[in-house]
Amino acid sequence: MRAEEYKISSEKFVFRSTSGDLHDNKLETKPVTYFRDALHRFAKNKASIVASVIIAFLVLFAIIGPFLTPYTVAYEDASYAYVLPKNKLFREMGIHFWDGGQNKEVNKATYEQFRAIQQETGREVIMTEPVVTETVYMGKTSELYSFRLDTYNAVGVKYVLLTTAEYQALQAYQDEKQVQVILPITDPDLRPQAKQDVNNANIWYKTKLGNGMKTTTVYDADGNFIPIYQANDGKDLYTSTMYWEGDEKLYNYAEPMAGDIWNIRVDYREYYVYQHYLADDGIKEPIFIFGTNNAGKDVFTGLASGARFSFILAIIVSVVNLFVGAIYGSIEGYYGGKIDIMMERFVELLSSIPFMIVITLLKYHFDASHVLILFISFFLTGWTGMAGRTRMQFYRFKNQEYVLVARTLGAKDSRIMFKHIFPNAIGTLITGSVLVIPGVIFSETSLSYLGIINLNTGNLTSVGTLLATGQTYLFTYPHMILFPSIFISLLMLCFNLFGNGLRDAFNPSLRGTED
Amino acid sequence: MYMFKYICKRIGLMIMTFVIIFVTCFVLVKLLPIDTSVGFGEDTSKIIAQFEARGYFDPIPEQLVRYVKRIVLEGDFGIGFRMPSYRGRAVWDVFIEKLPPTILINIYSSLLAVPIGIALGIFAALKKNKWQDHLISTTVMVFISVPSFVYASLLLFTICFKLQLLPLSFASFADIIRAYPEKNLVYTPGTFNWSLYFNKEMFLSMLPAVFAMSFGSIAGYARFTRAELTEVLTSEFMLLARTKGLTKAQATVHHALRNSMVPIFPSIVGEFISVLSGSLVIEKIFQIPGVGGLYLNAINSQDYDFFMMLSGFYLLVGLAAGLVIDLSYGVIDPRIRMGAK
Repeated sequence: MRAEEYKISSEKFVFRSTSGDLHDNKLETKPVTYFRDALHRFAKNKASIVASVIIAFLVLFAIIGPFLTPYTVAYEDASYAYVLPKNKLFREMGIHFWDGGQNKEVNKATYEQFRAIQQETGREVIMTEPVVTETVYMGKTSELYSFRLDTYNAVGVKYVLLTTAEYQALQAYQDEKQVQVILPITDPDLRPQAKQDVNNANIWYKTKLGNGMKTTTVYDADGNFIPIYQANDGKDLYTSTMYWEGDEKLYNYAEPMAGDIWNIRVDYREYYVYQHYLADDGIKEPIFIFGTNNAGKDVFTGLASGARFSFILAIIVSVVNLFVGAIYGSIEGYYGGKIDIMMERFVELLSSIPFMIVITLLKYHFDASHVLILFISFFLTGWTGMAGRTRMQFYRFKNQEYVLVARTLGAKDSRIMFKHIFPNAIGTLITGSVLVIPGVIFSETSLSYLGIINLNTGNLTSVGTLLATGQTYLFTYPHMILFPSIFISLLMLCFNLFGNGLRDAFNPSLRGTED
Repeated sequence: MYMFKYICKRIGLMIMTFVIIFVTCFVLVKLLPIDTSVGFGEDTSKIIAQFEARGYFDPIPEQLVRYVKRIVLEGDFGIGFRMPSYRGRAVWDVFIEKLPPTILINIYSSLLAVPIGIALGIFAALKKNKWQDHLISTTVMVFISVPSFVYASLLLFTICFKLQLLPLSFASFADIIRAYPEKNLVYTPGTFNWSLYFNKEMFLSMLPAVFAMSFGSIAGYARFTRAELTEVLTSEFMLLARTKGLTKAQATVHHALRNSMVPIFPSIVGEFISVLSGSLVIEKIFQIPGVGGLYLNAINSQDYDFFMMLSGFYLLVGLAAGLVIDLSYGVIDPRIRMGAK
């Protein structure tokens, strides 16, 4: 190869342009930022998308749930305790599912009581024709009645004690609304003698004391109930125009007690409506979509409020942990050396204390509300994880050239830390703090489930408390534990899927591997 | 020699952590006012006299020295005051009495969970992205996410209550003695009779709790094994193994599995250390008279001696499990030099 071949004469060189500066062409395409890329890759993960939709739905339930029902967490009505979940639509269509009904298998006496309630109140208590099976036990034949019971209508009639003023107000209400709330009082002499049934207002028919001090029904010749209503003696101050069975004033409607008090038999459903009409709290009729618990509290309201509390607590904990952990971890990671070793020992010590000990000691020492104790213990043990993540990121990035450049240009430590290095850690920190949320909710639920933390005060409740109550009635009323369980399971499952998607999306090393 | 030094250093650090936390805990507990209220019909002065005799009103440093001395010399962790059923009984005796059910249930569930979990994980990894893998992965995801108290309740409701396949409650000693009249079993409190625990009746009554406990572990092991094994299966030495003529099975068992066990084995070791501690939730649901239930009871009734002892126990088990997990990395894979620079 000869050198002449490469000789280019200087005339061949021309200036590209003689005026103005030269610039690179601007890029035509839009830059893909870190977050846009993460979002794009997250959107490709179908399971995560479904999970985030469900999470959004659960959050929505927690936010607007308490506004959807007229009930509050503090509301309780012992008469409607243990009623089953009821959906008005299903009840009206006669679908035997979610209709407030319960499949029962009872003996004849109990069945007859339900039949009596049905006959007196005129509302359907026995929803299906009973199937009678005969069983022989120790030489005695007994009949078992299997049928579907309407747990709402089975409440029937109750005794209430009212003052004269209240009694008259109730009569006025009867006339105004044209409903029979007050039922004729039964004759005290004919009421059941058995001790357990003396205050049972539902026995309006003739009974006798049977074997084993049990109340036994007495029937007439045709096998019907014999009413034991007290005949009118004109002393009951009953002025309402509503009469039982359309009769003129044939019976007494109230029984005078000591003082200014009247003992009255009320149709409890109508009385319930009346009470809430007086209180004007928006409750139109007893209907609980998730049923009630042993105290007669609405499970739906409890669940929605508990969920709301859990979400709020978890979000606050995760944000506070993020802040404290990020600052602590930044200092650790940036300065390194002795500072790092000392601060890291402290973190190690703190994170090896079992959570149970922290919360118990806090509970013993401070007479504060359990919400505060819960928050403090989550904070004390939680921020160390965030600090560790931040520290790792700082170790990765603090020796890179651009940090050196920034320092050479005279940037202060705090500027390098938070303007230059910290943004690199944001991805993992966001993932981490989102994943803290289900952990906090789970711990909070477990703690209140175990009874270590009692969040069940006033207008506050937690999913764990609902679960613990439901656990007690697992075999008899499984609906109490069913709905909180579904909620917490769905939440945990979706958060795990969502978290997995988020972690993959924010992991730059996975970029482009799916395509 | 290097390893020995390292182990000593780690154990020393662990003891230091333990002492700091335990002493802090002790001081914080002793700072609390002593509750001398008693049940109806009992004498307060008796309780106060008992507390005084044990020196519970002395300065805290003095109490600490005495507490440690008693533990070391006499094995005396104090006595119960607040829980009616353990009032006046030595904490250590009650603890020993509660330990067998907890340990047995944990061991059974580990024995069930480890092989099944690893087998499922291997199967899923080998069938990666086929329907078997999707089925296993989805189930695993469900069992990892759903809290144990949910599926424990579900298990109790369906298997034990509706289908009546397993007993509803944990068998008491009275049940066992009644079930085997021919064996002439006797229970004396404070002693340990193996034949009371190892019989069919007791085993069956433990099964619901064992199942509930193992579901989570099975899912955990399956996920862990699958993740590790899929990573190893794609590495280059697997290709080499196949190239030199090994069958897929040979290559998987001898090369992939051994390497994927490196992070899995330590967690199995950790699991067998933590059999001591058990689960508070499971013990509550299945009403197992174990350590977890005792701890819960002690916390809720503020029985400080029990609380101190059991907290120390849980702390020690946790720290020891962490340490053993760390150290077993070096044992199972000599290439890993723990703590090396």
